[in-house]
Amino acid sequence: MIYYDKVTKLYGDAGPALEDINFSIEPGEFVSFVGHSGAGKTTLIKMLLAEERPTSGAVFFQSENIHELPSGMLNQIRRKIGTVFQDFRLLPHKTAYENIAFAMEAAGRSDEDIRSDVPHVLELVDLGDRMQHFPGQLSGGEQQRVAIARAIVNQPDVIVADEPTGNLDPVNTFEVVQILKKINDLGTTIILTTHNKGVIDSLKKRVITLDRGRVVRDDKEGKYIL
Amino acid sequence: MKSTFWTNTKRIFRAGFLDFWRNGFVTLSSILMMTITLFTLGLVVFTGIILNTTLENLRDKADISIYFTTTAPEDQILALAKSLQALPEVAQVTYVSSADELTAFRSRHQNDQLTLQALDELGSNPLGAVLNVKAKDISQYDSIANFLGGQQSVGNSASASSIIDKVNYFDSAHRAAIDQLQAITSSAEKLGLIIILILALTTIAISFNTVRLAIYTSRDEIAVMQLVGAGRNYIRTPFMVASIMYGLFAGLFTLVLYYPLTYWLGKTTENFFGGLNVFSYYIEHFAFFFLIIIGTGMLLGAISSFLAARRYLKL
Repeated sequence: MIYYDKVTKLYGDAGPALEDINFSIEPGEFVSFVGHSGAGKTTLIKMLLAEERPTSGAVFFQSENIHELPSGMLNQIRRKIGTVFQDFRLLPHKTAYENIAFAMEAAGRSDEDIRSDVPHVLELVDLGDRMQHFPGQLSGGEQQRVAIARAIVNQPDVIVADEPTGNLDPVNTFEVVQILKKINDLGTTIILTTHNKGVIDSLKKRVITLDRGRVVRDDKEGKYIL
Repeated sequence: MKSTFWTNTKRIFRAGFLDFWRNGFVTLSSILMMTITLFTLGLVVFTGIILNTTLENLRDKADISIYFTTTAPEDQILALAKSLQALPEVAQVTYVSSADELTAFRSRHQNDQLTLQALDELGSNPLGAVLNVKAKDISQYDSIANFLGGQQSVGNSASASSIIDKVNYFDSAHRAAIDQLQAITSSAEKLGLIIILILALTTIAISFNTVRLAIYTSRDEIAVMQLVGAGRNYIRTPFMVASIMYGLFAGLFTLVLYYPLTYWLGKTTENFFGGLNVFSYYIEHFAFFFLIIIGTGMLLGAISSFLAARRYLKL
């Protein structure tokens, strides 16, 4: 489903951010990337979202080389990948409802679908009573749950969560991880990057460890080992 | 297909209006900056109009006067006036009879008893009739003078030369004054055009920068919109709607501001610039100003937001 083929990324004269990365992810997997800060986790995610281009190598999503797709096709691929970030990245001038509705509008969904699905998905993340709140009126944990609701509303094939618990307290961290596990149980592929040892060890899922831009471990039921 | 188009259009306009309304500080500062821009643009338009009117007034002061002998028959003078009027360079020919000339002379010298007594002692009218000729353009007096010169030497020469006493254009001083007037008005026109162009370009640059700054504050939002799979036009168009609204409101504020300003300056400009009352001009040509100010504001908003958003649509 997702395949990184000899991917290398260089930024100027500094050492490689990523070097000769090879791995594949199957549908329905829950894969966590761990590593020190600067190990290349976020760069790896940005490659999949076409935010960054590899210096050499290729990234494939459902057999398509992401970096060779025209803009229109790339938008369609992005609609199949839900994204959750450490800093939430919600649209600050839109309410929780409108943030999720925007992702549906972008995917060309009808007004009827939006009216029925947005309240439903907000209920799923336990924010049914916060629909008309702006991001600035929500706590960090609530904002992250809105971001998760936005990521899942179009029923994507993959959810990419880049340090989703980085700004959250333990209770909210636990809730977010539980939601991600539930989504994975329903068949959606999850890609998670995190520094949280407790989260990784509790998941008992595949763990890929990065060090200075290289894959140093790839364990099927891994632990947080650096 | 059709319903998708209308659904998208409705969503884009709604997003643009909401962005305009909710992004209060950016909206207010953008409107203020664009108001300054459009106000300056209005000043440029007024400057152009005032300059044009002033130069027209100056040009209007130039003419050729043909003085006839006291014995010149009126029908020959009128025949010459008719042939002058037929010239493509001539804008207007005014006939002043010898009697009218005498009346005007008496009026001019009503406080000069000595001159009036001398005139009375002559017993007859010593002043001949006059034709005042105005050219369509100040540069065309030469060819009118050439025509008059030809009239005096060939063709109708016998009659024309015998009735014309003097043509003031053939005086070197009068001719030099007209040439100088032409040089001054031409230079003033060029200088005015350069200043107007510089001001217009500056206002456009300020306006572009204002909208660019407004969209710069939304660059992270644009990135998020792209990451959730929104198309470029779907992201860009609401920003264009909001920027067009900045232009619309800034234009309306500008038009409102010009009302008291032109009212206050109306009398002054009327006295100073030879009859042009900017307030009357503003009221009479309000549709023109409305189109220029509002149209420019909305157009600048649309173009600058299109270009500015493109800059951040790189993902």
